[in-house]
Amino acid sequence: MEKELRLMKGNEAIAEAAIRAGADGYFGYPITPQSEILEYLMEANPQVTTGMVVLQAESEVAAINMVYGGAACGKKVMTSSSSPGISLKQEGITYIAGAELPCLIVNVVRGGPGLGTIQPAQSDYFQATKGGGHGDYHLIVLAPSSVQEMADFVEMAFDLAFKYRNPAMILSDGAIGQMMEKVWLKPQKKRSEEILPWATTGKPATREHNIITSLDLDPERQEKFNQKLIAKYREIEEHEVRYEEFMTEDAEYLFVAYGTSSRICQKALQLARAEGIKAGLLRPITLFPYPKKRLNELADTVKGMLAVEMSAGQMVEDVMLSVNGKTRVGHYGRMGGMIPTPEEVVDNLKTFIKG
Amino acid sequence: MAELTFKDIIKPENLAYTKSKLMTDNVMHYCPGCGHGTAHQVLAEVLEEENLQSKTIGITPVGCSVLMYNYIDIDFQEAAHGRAPALATAVKRLMPDKFVFTYQGDGDLAAIGTAETIHTCNRGENILILFINNGIYGMTGGQMAPTTLEGMKSSTSPYGRNVSTMGSPIKMANIVAMLPGTCYVTRQSVNTALGARKLKRAIKKAVQYQNEKRGTCFIEVVSNCPSGWKMTPVESNKWMEENMFPFYPLGDIKVPEEK
Repeated sequence: MEKELRLMKGNEAIAEAAIRAGADGYFGYPITPQSEILEYLMEANPQVTTGMVVLQAESEVAAINMVYGGAACGKKVMTSSSSPGISLKQEGITYIAGAELPCLIVNVVRGGPGLGTIQPAQSDYFQATKGGGHGDYHLIVLAPSSVQEMADFVEMAFDLAFKYRNPAMILSDGAIGQMMEKVWLKPQKKRSEEILPWATTGKPATREHNIITSLDLDPERQEKFNQKLIAKYREIEEHEVRYEEFMTEDAEYLFVAYGTSSRICQKALQLARAEGIKAGLLRPITLFPYPKKRLNELADTVKGMLAVEMSAGQMVEDVMLSVNGKTRVGHYGRMGGMIPTPEEVVDNLKTFIKG
Repeated sequence: MAELTFKDIIKPENLAYTKSKLMTDNVMHYCPGCGHGTAHQVLAEVLEEENLQSKTIGITPVGCSVLMYNYIDIDFQEAAHGRAPALATAVKRLMPDKFVFTYQGDGDLAAIGTAETIHTCNRGENILILFINNGIYGMTGGQMAPTTLEGMKSSTSPYGRNVSTMGSPIKMANIVAMLPGTCYVTRQSVNTALGARKLKRAIKKAVQYQNEKRGTCFIEVVSNCPSGWKMTPVESNKWMEENMFPFYPLGDIKVPEEK
């Protein structure tokens, strides 16, 4: 397959990009609003073209554990789900983080808690960026804001996951998953045949047996392992922060927003500028690692920052930690599947400015 | 005849059974009289004799055999509680030429992992599931398992398992035998030399069927738990023969047609 321009849903773009990125396996379970990923892959049937395995599991729990098994063989494997299903996967995700395995997990977020709604939300930010399951760990979290990025971030997430032997997550939402945009698809990549030295592929005479586990009953060794993980996360924070800025040069007030909210803020800042308010926008692309340093720098030049999220206020805590009291931080959020309009965001910016 | 010293006993010519080359020298954590050690040895013998070391990926469970990877010199993945068949599914699908097995206890396979067990068997994944059924949670200290017999005492059924409130012991081998995806389902034991040899024959068949891509092989090993049952090893084997074997009768439940 050559480079190609297509009109696609965000979910379909993820599926097609996974095939083209040379993924070895996808394991999933239907849940709205992301079932198109599994449907698309089943119809595309890459088993006969690239050899990629696609399997509908009996549950989200089974699917993430299939990802664990595949990742432990050094294979490029992934799963996708939406909020309630991602909660079910947390057990598997913490094992994968504890066993230091690379994989991709896609969360097309919907409103919660519980069964919630099937409409878009950003209320899984804490779960995605602060661990999610038990134990001290982090995922590498990428937040696409367009169908193009849904496609592009698949390969980026796999690359980061393998670079750091750490699970990576694409944190999207129902709006980006369901909307259609034009998307440039990359040419087909060949699936890797490399046998990774740590992977369980059958023990040859030339090496010790490989054991993939997250268990160490010796607390001193386990603490050393925890410290090793923390060092890895610090390295990721050092090298992998990604973000995008809009009109920050002369901004007096800064929107901080990711994904769908960041697109709304792009419009809102134009409306605000038309009214003479010097607004800017910082869009975190990586949610872990978070662009703390850049926000801290911007705190020196702006009069305040307004975090706009489709949640009760989750990412805003990272904004506060980043600026560490240097500037005022506010929050505007809609919940339960409601998406804010640019006009109401501007109104809330004005209220924030008044203090 | 002069009495044999230890030095004499361990001479190769005097040994009826030897340790498989695939068994490591690590000291096992299993309690005296436990069946796990024998089951490990039998499995290792098959892997050695069938020359499978470089082709095998084993999946260990959560439970007493969680540390099995320390005892057999093959590649291992350590699963979350009950999820071994899901890991094995992916491993086999992604690397169809490898020999893949799970090794699971009764709590792992028949309680928390029931869905994974049933659906892996139902898809007919070409793997071997080795199921050690000793009717108790050994690792956590002797709690009631899904396979605990009616009236049997455990730390969470201290007055005996009351089937009207705690459910009846579940016969997983019979359940998975009903699924078209399984090709070979058998129940074996390791409490006697004969039992161990029969188990070895069963595992060899499972290797053959996996090579032939015939479907899921399910081998249950009815075993003991002297510590959990609060018995001596000898008592526990006697109790197993008198109580476990009548409820979980040994022998083949489902065998494929020979090609």
